[in-house]
Amino acid sequence: MHGLRVVFWKELADHFGSRRFMILFLLICFIGMAAIYIAAQTIGEELARAPTEFVFLRLFTSQGGALPSFLSFLSFFGPLIGIILGFDAVNSEYARGTISRVLAQPLFRDSWINGKFLAGLATVAVMLMSIILIILGLGIRMLGFGPAEEEIWRIGAFWGISTIYVGFWLSLGILFSVLFRRTTSSALASIAAWIFFTFFIYMLAGLIADQISPLGPESGPEIWSRHERIKDTVMRISPATLFEEATTATLVPTFRGLSLMALLSKGEIPTNPLPLGQSLLIIWPQLVSLIALTAICFAISYVIFMKQEIRP
Amino acid sequence: MDLVVETKDLCKYYDDVKAVENLNLRIRRGEIYGFLGPNGAGKTTTILMLLGLTEPTSGEVRVCGYNSTRKPLEVKRITGYLPENVGFYEDLTARENLRYIARLNGIPDRESAKKIDEALDRVGLLEVADWEVGKFSRGMKQRLGIADVLIKDPLFAILDEPTAGIDPEGANQILDLITEMSQERDITILLASHLLHQVQRICDRVGIISKGKLVAEGTLDELGAEMIGKGESTIKVQVSELTPNLLQALKRIEGVREVESSGNTLRIKCAGDLRAEVSCAIMEAGGTILELRGEPHTLEEIYLRYFREGDLDARA
Repeated sequence: MHGLRVVFWKELADHFGSRRFMILFLLICFIGMAAIYIAAQTIGEELARAPTEFVFLRLFTSQGGALPSFLSFLSFFGPLIGIILGFDAVNSEYARGTISRVLAQPLFRDSWINGKFLAGLATVAVMLMSIILIILGLGIRMLGFGPAEEEIWRIGAFWGISTIYVGFWLSLGILFSVLFRRTTSSALASIAAWIFFTFFIYMLAGLIADQISPLGPESGPEIWSRHERIKDTVMRISPATLFEEATTATLVPTFRGLSLMALLSKGEIPTNPLPLGQSLLIIWPQLVSLIALTAICFAISYVIFMKQEIRP
Repeated sequence: MDLVVETKDLCKYYDDVKAVENLNLRIRRGEIYGFLGPNGAGKTTTILMLLGLTEPTSGEVRVCGYNSTRKPLEVKRITGYLPENVGFYEDLTARENLRYIARLNGIPDRESAKKIDEALDRVGLLEVADWEVGKFSRGMKQRLGIADVLIKDPLFAILDEPTAGIDPEGANQILDLITEMSQERDITILLASHLLHQVQRICDRVGIISKGKLVAEGTLDELGAEMIGKGESTIKVQVSELTPNLLQALKRIEGVREVESSGNTLRIKCAGDLRAEVSCAIMEAGGTILELRGEPHTLEEIYLRYFREGDLDARA
């Protein structure tokens, strides 16, 4: 345990002192500002029309004009944060020749890689927490009142899910940094995975759905719903989809479900907001899948690293 | 517990390549052991097995009585390791780098501050202690690597090619540091290198490894004697006057291979110990011997000799 703590604090200090953290933080801050700017434009009008509940949650989800919401920003750029913090975690230590010196100290090998992962995760958590607080603070200033308790809990849940989501990309980056000896290779592989899961998965999902259940001019509603279901299933391979679904449920309390049925029967289902517990229940599978993906990714890198030969 | 390192029939195979084969290494307390061999002979693999960073295919390694494969943590606690091409965190200062290592060794910051200053002073880096290591030269990094070993007060230190790629002056500084480490702190040292004259200067005993096997082991004298046994020696003679007659007489002796002369001094390479025959021949030829001695073998000669044999084995 002692070794893990030492590695954790050292890595954390490295992250916070590094130039790449500064760049990331500036990027995130910029995104946060953009989100607030959009929200300021749209929320004012809405408030004037009818005072709505959960205004603070809107700060994260409202979009306007050409600028997407903070949520979609995060779902696109969250992976980059994780990858940038993780892609050279292990192989740069080989490149610098520090790994054999450090692992020759009385320290279990797993403490080292665990410490690195946890430090990355803590960095992500702190980074996201600070930007959420900035957005909330600006929101309070703009609106003139504070968030309700339910809103705080929901934002807390949002923070947790975002951390896990970025944590997945962090562990993927670490996995590639264990697999590839060169930092450029691991960076490229991580970026490729990011592009695939964020952009290409849409095309792939459509393609697979078209193959299994082709749509024609005479297709009935069963075919349509089957088509959509297949598409959804394929899309859920991607952590970005899981993240979007999970955070939508936490930030939009009226959100009832993700299936086509829920969307079609909108008129028949009451639209009053759900309590947080119920919202979480809807996205429970997404949440578990996200955590599992992160854990599996890290477990693979852990196993490979433990078996790896440490050659200077 | 007189032996610091003991390996029993240590083997390491990578697929079909035998990196280390039936290695029986014994290093006694307090000595500087030179571990010699060309690149790729299995030196680093052996070192990694000593530290428990690589598992042997078969055989056993013990460091100070601890089995390196099963109790790597105990071994790492008492062993300092300076890897080949040692690296540091370049954006941290020398002091911060050492503090990290001290913490990993469970030394509290209060104690380590003093130790770090001491170690940095020892290797002559105290003035640059707060520089980022990225600004250090190669020689400085190697010296910092030695400070890094000293921090943990090891019983045993493994130094892998500590002087490779360093200018002669820097190399000398490092060799002096190693000797001091051994003498003042009573640290047993394993020095792996292919730079023979350096090893020769400071090592008590050497082992020569070739293709994963230990082909020779002993003090330099022992190895030299062994070579004479195998039929090779050099005799240095100074005579009062060098005549062609004398040279002829020397060349006629059975077993003499080569006679070199410079001024009145002769170097005679011959098979076996022919000192008696040489002195007789000089007297008979009417010469006067001012000085005659068997020249000690340099490690280089010994080394080359083993590798020539190794090549012959390989060809046969």
